[in-house]
Amino acid sequence: MTDIPVKLTRTSGTLDHLIYVLRANPVTLLAFAMFAMIVLSAVFGPALVPYDPLQTDAKNALQAPSWAHWFGTDNVGRDVFSRVIVATRLDLAISVAAVALSFVLGSVLGATAGYWGGWLDIVLNRLLDTIMAFPLFVLAMGIVAALGNTIENIIYATAIINVPFYARLVRAEVNIRRNAGFVQAAKLTGNSDIRVLAMHIFPNALPPMMVQVSLNLGWAILNAAGLSFIGLGVRPPTPEWGIMVAEGANFIVSGEWWLAVFPGLWLMIAVFTFNLLGDGLRDIVDPRKRT
Amino acid sequence: MLSVKNLAVSFQTRRGTVEAVRGISFDLAKGEILGIVGESGSGKSVTSYALMRILDAGGRIKAGEATYSGIDLRRVAERDMGDIRGREISMIFQNPRAALNPIRKVGHQIEDVLRRHARATRHDARAKAIKALEDVRINDAEARYDAYPFELSGGMCQRVVCAIALACDPRLLIADEPTTGLDITTQQAVMELVRDLIRARNMSSILITHDLGLAAQYCDRIMVMKDGLIVEQGDPARIFSDPQHSYTRKLVDATPRMGEGIRSLLPPEERKAELPHQVHDRPLLEVSNLTKTFKGMAGPVHAVRGISFSIRQGQSVGLVGESGCGKSTTSEILVRLMDATSGDIIFDGQDIAGIPAQGFARNPRRAEIQMVFQDATDSLNPRHTARQAIGEPLRRLGALRAAPLAARIEELATLVGLPLPLLDRFPHQLSGGQKARVGIARAVALEPKFLILDEPTAALDVSIQAVVLNLLVDLRAKLGMTYLFVSHDLHVVALLCDHVIVMRAGEIVEQGPVTRVMTDPQNAYTKALLAAAPKPPARRQLA
Repeated sequence: MTDIPVKLTRTSGTLDHLIYVLRANPVTLLAFAMFAMIVLSAVFGPALVPYDPLQTDAKNALQAPSWAHWFGTDNVGRDVFSRVIVATRLDLAISVAAVALSFVLGSVLGATAGYWGGWLDIVLNRLLDTIMAFPLFVLAMGIVAALGNTIENIIYATAIINVPFYARLVRAEVNIRRNAGFVQAAKLTGNSDIRVLAMHIFPNALPPMMVQVSLNLGWAILNAAGLSFIGLGVRPPTPEWGIMVAEGANFIVSGEWWLAVFPGLWLMIAVFTFNLLGDGLRDIVDPRKRT
Repeated sequence: MLSVKNLAVSFQTRRGTVEAVRGISFDLAKGEILGIVGESGSGKSVTSYALMRILDAGGRIKAGEATYSGIDLRRVAERDMGDIRGREISMIFQNPRAALNPIRKVGHQIEDVLRRHARATRHDARAKAIKALEDVRINDAEARYDAYPFELSGGMCQRVVCAIALACDPRLLIADEPTTGLDITTQQAVMELVRDLIRARNMSSILITHDLGLAAQYCDRIMVMKDGLIVEQGDPARIFSDPQHSYTRKLVDATPRMGEGIRSLLPPEERKAELPHQVHDRPLLEVSNLTKTFKGMAGPVHAVRGISFSIRQGQSVGLVGESGCGKSTTSEILVRLMDATSGDIIFDGQDIAGIPAQGFARNPRRAEIQMVFQDATDSLNPRHTARQAIGEPLRRLGALRAAPLAARIEELATLVGLPLPLLDRFPHQLSGGQKARVGIARAVALEPKFLILDEPTAALDVSIQAVVLNLLVDLRAKLGMTYLFVSHDLHVVALLCDHVIVMRAGEIVEQGPVTRVMTDPQNAYTKALLAAAPKPPARRQLA
């Protein structure tokens, strides 16, 4: 036998694999550390911040950053640091919900089109092309303006403009695998078509999907902030990065830069983190990376 | 002419340095054809890449010397190396389709090399390219000059690659598995062409192959490589009649030949008595007038044109033919992954041709007809461990769960000779032979009555092929299964089967008992198939 010698050590588990991926790539480690920070501030931020983000204090309006107010105060004396941290929860919630929605919807549509093909495929593709033919941000504006100015509608709008990206990716990944040997084998072992699709083909599309998800989380945050910036969706005085940048922009000319810069910086950090996260996530969900 | 001394090549990988070639030395004389034979991972291809200095990223020549006509191939500047490649040393690659640029006409691709080495000017390039095509015996070379690679068959593409390699009259030709993946009659034609051209031009050549029989037929001298070392070299007849190294002996044994039993493929100490399998008179499967027509871009394509045959219970039937003959379509229809256009399939007294393939997964007959796929790698889900793969039919069709499931999986792994610790590995962590075992274990998990084997050993090394074929023989006797063995190789079929069906262009051209077809073929095509197979020299006699 020329088979490779059998190692008696157990193959690495999921946790070992996670640690391995993080150690192999310092950028991934950094991305995960930043991601953890963002999640922690979303979960515990509102309980930990030094000031009430909505509490106005006219005496201390427009204070520059100091030890008492790290990011300074705004035009009605609210603490910018507290507002930036508290806003994390809302921005993250909007983007995660939107991405989850478009992931599920896009996966179902794309997998169906890619597996069965035919007229279903043609109709779905033309539909997605139609969505993509719009300038996406303008489409989102239109949807929010038409449906009403609420947080749910921001989520739906963001989800709809992202669906085509997922659907196309899944369709391509499913399509190249629908006649693969392991798919035929799965049919022989008594799996119905839907089971084959859901349990055998779709999981193999996950690695590229993870890259898409993480990039998309960044876009979704930008999109939500952008809608708020132009006055759609979240309304003041709710702390939200986009609104804070919009409100702060008025004061930049008069020298109070901290109002817009800090929320903008946090927005940038969040998008940057999600963009970095993609490769690491792909390595984690791809079993072939397990050695 | 070429002299290699202590050549060592290593690759930097994520898991440290891999020593692909570990110090080999050989000389090649003018006019000599040297065969380098070895199984996957033996370093035979890496050796040739090192000589051409086209190693993949991360690979480098660590030590040793390679001198070609006084030129030090290891130290010569990259610019000079560009002159040497193609004009002095050229190469034929394994997959001709991948070696040709898919969007350029083949004639232009020949001109490229002629122009690069200043063998042709803009004015006479076309004529010279056509001449090069004629040299490789391509009919109607004028017309073929304007063909794109996808318009040509695999054998034609390999001829074009030969034409490119030989266009500038190199003095050394390296052929890396030039016929792997080609049909056996095409293999013969290409190999004879290459040999004739080399002889006519008095060139030297290195033929790299995994097939000892092929090397023996076309080479003056054979070098056997294993794990980056040369384990033995010598005259082909001597290698076969008196192999010195244990690995060479194993390779010689594993090379299928006519008139010998399946156990003779194994090393002598592993040859157990062959368990007899019982053939009943009752037919298990009766196929009549089966046809399959695909809708093609240019009208209907008749893949299967009304074939009829029957398989008795316990019988092993070989279905032989070259690519495109309809054998794979037939097996997919029989295993109910595809619907036939017309015809009957009576399986165990029931007509299953009428049951649509779409819903056959839930048919009670599903467990009785199973299949072992051609490519073990492709047929295993990359996200499932071996345990999950083998357990899949048991869970879905056998309704086994928890402890009985685990016990049955381990029983099956033992049956196919897969070490139990490997069960928790993913396919990419298993070797080719181990993946084949997982695929077989999955197919026999439910003890099907009828098992279709679709070229189960085509992607395997010969020594592993020997083990897998013997495993199939043992399983047949233990489980009483009926086999339909689909293959392009008559010799392999003869080892395993009782009855053989030869297909060509969707029709059965000959069928009969295996001994009769092998010794006294009636049809011209069967005769051609038999004649095209490489004939290894006589083997050493066992005392």
